[in-house]
Amino acid sequence: MYVAVKGGEKAIDSAHRLMAEDRRGDRNVPELSLAQVSEQLGLAVERVMTEGSIHDRELAALAIKQAQGDLVEAVFLLRAYRTTLPRFGHTLPVDTAAMAIRRRISATFKDLPGGQVLGPTYDYTHRLLDFSLAEDGEPEEAPPAERPVDAAMPRVTDVLGREGLIERNPESDDEPRDLTRQPLTFPADRTLRLQNLARADEGFLLSLAYSTQRGYGHTHPFAGEIRMGEVSVELVPEELGFAIEIADVTLTECQMINQFKGSKEKPAQFTRGYGLAFGRSERKAMAMALVDRSLRAEELGEDLTSPAQDQEFVMSHSDNVEASGFVQHLKLPHYVDFQSELELVRRLRAQGPGKEAAE
Amino acid sequence: MSSDDNNARRRWMGILAKARPEEVAECWSKIEPPPPYDLLRRPETGLVMVRGRVGGDGAPFNLGEMTVTRCSVRLANGIVGHAWIAGRAAAQAERAALIDALLQSPGGRADIEALLDQLAARRETRKREAARKAAATRVDFFTMARGED
Repeated sequence: MYVAVKGGEKAIDSAHRLMAEDRRGDRNVPELSLAQVSEQLGLAVERVMTEGSIHDRELAALAIKQAQGDLVEAVFLLRAYRTTLPRFGHTLPVDTAAMAIRRRISATFKDLPGGQVLGPTYDYTHRLLDFSLAEDGEPEEAPPAERPVDAAMPRVTDVLGREGLIERNPESDDEPRDLTRQPLTFPADRTLRLQNLARADEGFLLSLAYSTQRGYGHTHPFAGEIRMGEVSVELVPEELGFAIEIADVTLTECQMINQFKGSKEKPAQFTRGYGLAFGRSERKAMAMALVDRSLRAEELGEDLTSPAQDQEFVMSHSDNVEASGFVQHLKLPHYVDFQSELELVRRLRAQGPGKEAAE
Repeated sequence: MSSDDNNARRRWMGILAKARPEEVAECWSKIEPPPPYDLLRRPETGLVMVRGRVGGDGAPFNLGEMTVTRCSVRLANGIVGHAWIAGRAAAQAERAALIDALLQSPGGRADIEALLDQLAARRETRKREAARKAAATRVDFFTMARGED
């Protein structure tokens, strides 16, 4: 066994060098810069920041370059880097109502204070390949309106909330549990679930969200509001004792509004699902909001019948670093394990068919 | 320190944190002469957990971490300056901490304040431009529905 490991060292080193060469590709093609990745593959960068759970564009761009564009691998790289940094504390909760809006739409209200702002979106494009991008050339500058969008726009759910037609969000100033500091245990409260969903694999969440729409735990959702723009991040350094701003970050927020017929305790009203993600991550934020709501099934007295309602199932399988690690560890040598299995099968066969079933 | 002082300090620390690193470098290059100082805490990069609220206004939850660099300096006259800036730009954090110390000097530093006002104005212009471009994508259902005139 040890001989095999020793023999592997040289092979592993060569494999890494071959991979580096492979990653570089044709050396006649100019190498990608991190600024190019960050500026021109921005949605990939933002997905990696969201699922890698570290907001740092440059690190995410580096991870994407290093992983040759394999975003799950890039997320893994970012998570591994995370363990090398000390934790300085936490920020104040961001105030998404004060977001500098670049996009804000509602599927439930046509006329909202501040209006519907489409922003930079792929919606309404025909998804035809644009061959002009294969040529050199700069796009036209986007036209500005005379007046900017309103400085602060009320969240749609706040407007509905004034009439009491929609549930209020649970208020609390308790320290939320943090799954990067404590192992995940069940039942998990909603704040812990949201942390898990925020860093969850987008594909996994998207499929789960889709399953709820197809009837596996239906929640009658409407996209109450989706907003994207810049939010100020503040924290209180111990040495100062007052809050300071440390950055503006782009966030995407989704407020799902869901039907609720009421119960013995509660009158009929709309319930909510919530999604929040770093960057322009609309699909992620929407899927997150749908799954957040479906995971509230027990709290709202709904029948538990579907995977998207099962918090242990969802939260234990949502992380692509864990999932990828466990699936891919099957590639590592299992020679000893397999040897014993092999011997077992040989022994069973030697006993003849049906003998094992009789035992 | 009075709350007015804290507010002024909060403002300039925010401007320095949100400016581009090259803008802070440019600002620093205009500060003459650069004072002698000690590093109380050399620029150090770590993580802070960014929090959101359930539904936007409910209980806080942990959204994800972000990199941040902090630095503390002390001028020869004993005044201490701090900086906390998102990202990993050590030089920016050190310069920002120095500027924070200088601005607390008795009598203030009108020259530095003027430079920071310029940085704030530039940022406001960028924000306004983005907000005007966003406004050009506003859907006007009301006008569409009327179709008169």
